[in-house]
Amino acid sequence: MSPQTLAPPAASAAPALATTPITGAVATLQALVAEGVDTIFGYPGGAIIPIYDALYDFKEQLNHVLVRHEQGGIHAAQGYARSSGRVGVALATSGPGATNLVTGLADALIDSTPLVCITGQVFAHLLGTDAFQETDIINITTPVTKWNYQVTRAEEIPEALARAFYIARSGRPGPVLVDITKNAQMQLFDAPAYAPCTHIRSYRPAPVVRNEYIEQAAALINSAKQPFILWGQGVVLGRAEREFQEFVEKSGIPAAWTILGVGVLATGHPLNVGMLGMHGNYGPNVLTNECDVLIAIGMRFDDRVTGRLDKYARQAQIVHLDIDPTEIGKNVPTAVPVWGDCKETLPLLTALVERKEHAAWLARFNGYAAQEVDAVIREELFPSSEELTMGEVMQQLNEITGGEAVIVSDVGQHQMVACRYARQNQSRSHVTSGGLGTMGFALPAAIGAKFGAPHRPVVAVIGDGGFQMTIQEMGTIMQTGVDVKIIILNNQFLGMVRQWQELFHQRRYSFVDIQSPDFVAVAAGYRIAGQRVDARADLRPALERMLAHPGSFLLEVMVTKENNIFPMVPQGCSVAEIRLR
Amino acid sequence: MDRQEYNITAYTENQVGLLNRIAIIFSRRKINIESLNVSPSEIEGIHRFNIVIVETEEVVEKLAKQIEKQVEVLKVYFNTNADVIWQEMALYKVPTDIIAEKVLVERLLRENGARAVVIRKDYTVFETTGHREETDNLIKALQPYGLIEFVRSARIAIIKASDGFHHKLKEFERREPGEEVAENEFLNDREQVFTM
Repeated sequence: MSPQTLAPPAASAAPALATTPITGAVATLQALVAEGVDTIFGYPGGAIIPIYDALYDFKEQLNHVLVRHEQGGIHAAQGYARSSGRVGVALATSGPGATNLVTGLADALIDSTPLVCITGQVFAHLLGTDAFQETDIINITTPVTKWNYQVTRAEEIPEALARAFYIARSGRPGPVLVDITKNAQMQLFDAPAYAPCTHIRSYRPAPVVRNEYIEQAAALINSAKQPFILWGQGVVLGRAEREFQEFVEKSGIPAAWTILGVGVLATGHPLNVGMLGMHGNYGPNVLTNECDVLIAIGMRFDDRVTGRLDKYARQAQIVHLDIDPTEIGKNVPTAVPVWGDCKETLPLLTALVERKEHAAWLARFNGYAAQEVDAVIREELFPSSEELTMGEVMQQLNEITGGEAVIVSDVGQHQMVACRYARQNQSRSHVTSGGLGTMGFALPAAIGAKFGAPHRPVVAVIGDGGFQMTIQEMGTIMQTGVDVKIIILNNQFLGMVRQWQELFHQRRYSFVDIQSPDFVAVAAGYRIAGQRVDARADLRPALERMLAHPGSFLLEVMVTKENNIFPMVPQGCSVAEIRLR
Repeated sequence: MDRQEYNITAYTENQVGLLNRIAIIFSRRKINIESLNVSPSEIEGIHRFNIVIVETEEVVEKLAKQIEKQVEVLKVYFNTNADVIWQEMALYKVPTDIIAEKVLVERLLRENGARAVVIRKDYTVFETTGHREETDNLIKALQPYGLIEFVRSARIAIIKASDGFHHKLKEFERREPGEEVAENEFLNDREQVFTM
């Protein structure tokens, strides 16, 4: 190692002329600026001090949000990415800082969220010596990243970061991690002008579209008597909302969504027949097993969507549009694989499908919807009982916001209520942890979502359990002044587990009666306004007060303790065996 | 579907950490890798993985797609043993005095195509190359004669139907790839080489 790389960090050069040598740390931040990053979420520490030192001179270009825990940082970056459609960026130090990112990486990988995480690492000459705060973060994160790379020399930084951003955002997006040793951050080098990456020979972001499959798909769709569209987040990630709507409206086919696809067709669109999956709507689940052609667009047949696989849509021919070839045929046998970016494939398909109406078939969905209203929804949204329900909170919120808010939900019963009942007028309006089911996601993700969509109201809907997992991010809200509205739906239980214990484990409520602090007092400690509501008469005024309040607000709503989420497809059952009670 | 030996061939960039990225695709599913060889390929700078597992075709196809999905992997093929020419090398260390004394052993080695690599006063090292049962047979045969040490290499395999990777690489280096990497016929052509 050259003496230069061991020298103490020089006072960082100001964002610089390319001809004068700069440190690796400065090159890192220049790369972020060149990639159009405006906000980063991070937490400093020993091995990333040189980058933080350089950040001191980048305050004008980069808004650094100091979080309270690295997990909060990466969830905030996820929220930012999901609400804005841009790459989220998180910074952390080596060792525990880096390992605290792992949950967020796993969450972002399974939910295809584009992230670039930068971690500090011990000096290259200390790698493998159990140095202070050394951890092998590359190998730890290999299963939970789309790509990762360890930089040990400053010269590698521009290209490593260019690749990182390209890989994170292209194709099926995902998280990448770049680990930069401290010597590389400190090393002075002659940085070339930053060149974004546009091609990696071994990496094919999207498969080439083949017309014969488009033609086969169109022929199958045109011959179908009872076709059914399932859409997922792929439509959002492909920015193909308009193309999707044109396809649905021309073909006249009823369409249902996975929870990450919500909002692509607005709530109330006549062909939007509702939510798929374990706690999805009645009609879409039952009729999955009666359709003759199933058109899956940008979704991956997750087990929470399919229920028991060997009884899932066996009667149907499946057309699957996806950018990721590994998804085709992964869980269900596919009749026609339409590989490619749906932004490209959907218009080709729309051009070939016949304009139709499927009135009788659509009426069957509506018939099931009416049954569901009678059996479940009316009582949930307009309860006759004295105690408040989660559903009526969402209903009141819908009436006030008109569906314009970005909803950020955590994981559990309240998440299913929020997904089922929140009105959504457009995509990128509901940020939730879908695949990984990460409790504690919502509070930090809401912070990030607000930075990603600063002109939209952001409402976090969180359970009393999940809120306590990342409660420390109240400090981030306090310090940044970010305007996040927080609704805690407090049923004094870890409700979803309690529901399973009630239904499948003889009501043996094992460690689900969680106690909570006085959340309003906690908020007050962070100088965040708050209110607690346990009476129906107070709910509407409190929600209005929250939304009108300048700045963040915490509203704790005490809801009925032992409510269950229905409909439900019990584990091991087919989607057609969905239960209304 | 029947489980059988499959030979997975992956063309990759030469990148630290890629071995782990590929290995965990198997270990995540609790699938044991029977044999793994990493070597240069016919193209400078491109590495070739030969991986042997025992699985059904359905599983192998999914694994191959998952490997090919990795950023630094160019191309993956999977083949049954019938579709490849494959060899494994084995080394056997036996006491020299026994070989010198027993004509039987000398004939045994000759019959098995073994070649002496090192001959010392105390021991001799023989080498054979062949299929698994051939190298296995020689172990059994040598066991009664004081086999001291045995080691077998990973399998290497050449795909019978392959035209090599040169022309495919040219397609990969193009920004707008042609038919060569636009292939999407695995559903039409399941029995053939898997290809993306």
